[in-house]
Amino acid sequence: MTLVAFLILFTAVLIGYLLNLRAARALRDGGARMHSLDGFHGGYAALMVLVPTFGLIIFWLLFQGSAIEFLVKRSLPADQLEGKGVGEVQLIMAEIRSIAGGRVFGTPDQWKLDGADLLVTLRASSAWLMVAATAALAAFMLYVARSRVAADFRARQGLESIVHRLMVSCAVVAIFVTIGIVASLSFETFRFFQMVPFWDFVLGTSWEPQIPIREEQIAAAGAFGMLPVFLGTLVIATVAMLIATPIGLLSAIYLHEFANTRVRAVFKPVLEILAGVPTVVYGFFAILVIAPALRSFGADFGIPIASNTALAAGGVMGIMLIPFISSFADDALGAVPRSLRDGSLAVGATSAETVAKVLFPAAIPGIVGGILLAVSRAIGETMIVVMAAGLIAKMTINPLDSVTTVTVQIVTLLIGDTAFDNPKTLSAFALGMVLFLITLMINVAALRIVRKYREIYD
Amino acid sequence: MTDSTAARHDWASPEFSAHLRKRKRSEFMLKSLGIGAISIAFGALALLIGSLVSTGYPAFTQTHLVVEAEIDRDLMDPENPRDGNFRQLARDIVTNRVVLGADTDNTDRLTDILSNRAQFTLRDMVEANPDLIGETVEVRLPVADNYDQLHKGMLDRDTPEEIRRLSDREIEIFDQLVEGGFVAKPFNWALFANADSRFPEVAGLKGAIIGSAYALLVCFLLSFPVGIGAAIYLEEFAPKNRISDLIEININNLAAVPSVVFGLLGLAVFIGWFGMPRSVPFVGGMTLALMTLPTIIIATRAAIKSVPPSIREAALGVGASKQQVVFGHVLPLAMPGILTGTIIGLAQALGETAPLLLIGMNAFITSAPGTPFDSSTALPTQIFIWADSPERGFVSRTSAAILVLLTFLITMNAIAIFLRQKFQRKW
Repeated sequence: MTLVAFLILFTAVLIGYLLNLRAARALRDGGARMHSLDGFHGGYAALMVLVPTFGLIIFWLLFQGSAIEFLVKRSLPADQLEGKGVGEVQLIMAEIRSIAGGRVFGTPDQWKLDGADLLVTLRASSAWLMVAATAALAAFMLYVARSRVAADFRARQGLESIVHRLMVSCAVVAIFVTIGIVASLSFETFRFFQMVPFWDFVLGTSWEPQIPIREEQIAAAGAFGMLPVFLGTLVIATVAMLIATPIGLLSAIYLHEFANTRVRAVFKPVLEILAGVPTVVYGFFAILVIAPALRSFGADFGIPIASNTALAAGGVMGIMLIPFISSFADDALGAVPRSLRDGSLAVGATSAETVAKVLFPAAIPGIVGGILLAVSRAIGETMIVVMAAGLIAKMTINPLDSVTTVTVQIVTLLIGDTAFDNPKTLSAFALGMVLFLITLMINVAALRIVRKYREIYD
Repeated sequence: MTDSTAARHDWASPEFSAHLRKRKRSEFMLKSLGIGAISIAFGALALLIGSLVSTGYPAFTQTHLVVEAEIDRDLMDPENPRDGNFRQLARDIVTNRVVLGADTDNTDRLTDILSNRAQFTLRDMVEANPDLIGETVEVRLPVADNYDQLHKGMLDRDTPEEIRRLSDREIEIFDQLVEGGFVAKPFNWALFANADSRFPEVAGLKGAIIGSAYALLVCFLLSFPVGIGAAIYLEEFAPKNRISDLIEININNLAAVPSVVFGLLGLAVFIGWFGMPRSVPFVGGMTLALMTLPTIIIATRAAIKSVPPSIREAALGVGASKQQVVFGHVLPLAMPGILTGTIIGLAQALGETAPLLLIGMNAFITSAPGTPFDSSTALPTQIFIWADSPERGFVSRTSAAILVLLTFLITMNAIAIFLRQKFQRKW
């Protein structure tokens, strides 16, 4: 039915365009001096139909699910839902949905069958209603647009103001994404802090989120102290930065100052390939090659290395960040005015001295900005650590040990059971909130440094 | 005073040449450090690609048993071939025909040679052509993972029997089959034609590829028009004030927000608040669109900025309206740059895993999605699932899936580079 609605929409748009186009042409042929070209009349009608009708369909699709669910839930006998938690009600609704979808297991209660029947009916009528509403709105807009065609109607201005508003709303979408992130995270985080005290989360040194979700499950009592998780993140990010920063900077210096054009033409794309490899590939690389290699290396020297050591995840993350840092450093070195370089070379400094004593200090702000962005990447990087780092949170800074990170916890807590009513799943949102705030602060600082620095030389 | 200056500028003096040597040495040091750093990066890439290719290439072939077999009329009803007893047929094929002449007794677990799913290969074959019933035809059936590994030489025959996954006897029987010419190793079309499976020998990427394609399509349809609209507004129409500044800072920051946060957003808003289904490519595409949006906006703004103002002034001069200038002249000229940025953004979205994990696109689904609203996996999440699977056969399949993903990414980037080289003008 959704397809039918969209078909109606596009037919109406086409009809509107043609109707107004021909009406305007007829007027012009009749000798009227038209304000706008015929095409603008057509385009005006097309957008007049398209925008509201399209909005209606999207609105309907977004909200019909929740509305139908609400109606079905209200129709269920009150005594069956009495005293049941959110999770149990969700389970009942899921069962009703699967009955409605034709997958009946065992013999469900009669009231569940009734609910499923209602669900099917409501879904069908909602689909019909959507098509009818779409058709009605499209017809109404067609009529409105058609009735406006006249010699002195400013169709071009009308069309352009619609387009202008559309573009403004596109730009506003970007703001709404940020608002959406902040709103969804803070909403769920707020609910989390209703169950777990704020200071227990921020200052707690024990992280054991595997609490029982249903009563009969056996699990730990649960502890939600974020410090060990953040310590683990820091350990892995530090390892990554210790590898990425020197290698990235040195390769940028070499490519910028010593390499000839041919060498640059070969190595720059290689670095770009490294940057384009998806992180899930790096994660697999870490467990396939790096972690076993480190383990056997450690065994040779009698050093105990955990199977998912922070060194493997951090090392591979470092490789991933090399191109990131080197391209930032390259840009920063390239932005230093040529006169500084030429001046240094002219008084007899070698290339190395020019880079180390003139270019590098001048480029420091840009390089620091790049390194900060890389740190924010390392903290927010997910797949490498999900695959190669550990799950158990430990208060340790030993990189040979297995540590866990914020992103690992977010992913493991939210894979599988996701009823938003227990501290276990909600804690993932709290972690996400802290992750978002920290990376946001680093990003803002980095972007400000980079921007300010550009202004100095521009 | 004069003397000392003269001494310092005496290039032949030993102090000076020592000093010069030191300077040259430090120059050499920095240069070699740079070369070392580049070599490490290069070596890491070579190791990455090398290990993926060396573990992944076996998955592009699959060991099959090739035998003449009678499709037994007693096991199925010609009117309704789908319900035939193909499990028994597969069993009969191994025990009755293949090992005819081979020295076996009842204790040999011959049925294990064939993949657990071989019966479905038979079923599909007979269903497609019911005339085969009662005939004797050549059938090609995938063998089980352990035998596949054995045939590809990835199962060490020298390990002690107790810890090997195949007994001496099983290996002996299989070797007899190989000698008898009953075993072939054709290209593994199942890798692309099948959806996921618990059995590595028949697991394929079809569902993941289609799921990724749907998600990318949704992502493109949402982020491309919105991104271009936002970029045009910000670059050509927006007044320079605090609000447009705020939007600009906001977009730059969005581009650096960790991807897992977008996953949390998708999970909380699309699935939690709007009640959309989990695991479907449509929701995945919407989440990816939010991530791709900043990339497209930034690329589009750069492309629009590079169109020289003289174009705009000329169009305005002959009486075009501001929007006619933008849509009739600036946008077409900026299109190559916009498309390049969009393709690069979509390539990033194709490789993105974490947000898709959070919205449940890592479910185990054995059929390819028919529409963007059916549950499915995507290529990167499929890689994640297979990397987590314990069966040996999934190691090479994971690498193969990664090679497939990288092929797509390289193709997309090559198209972007081609567009840039071919159409972008230097003003």
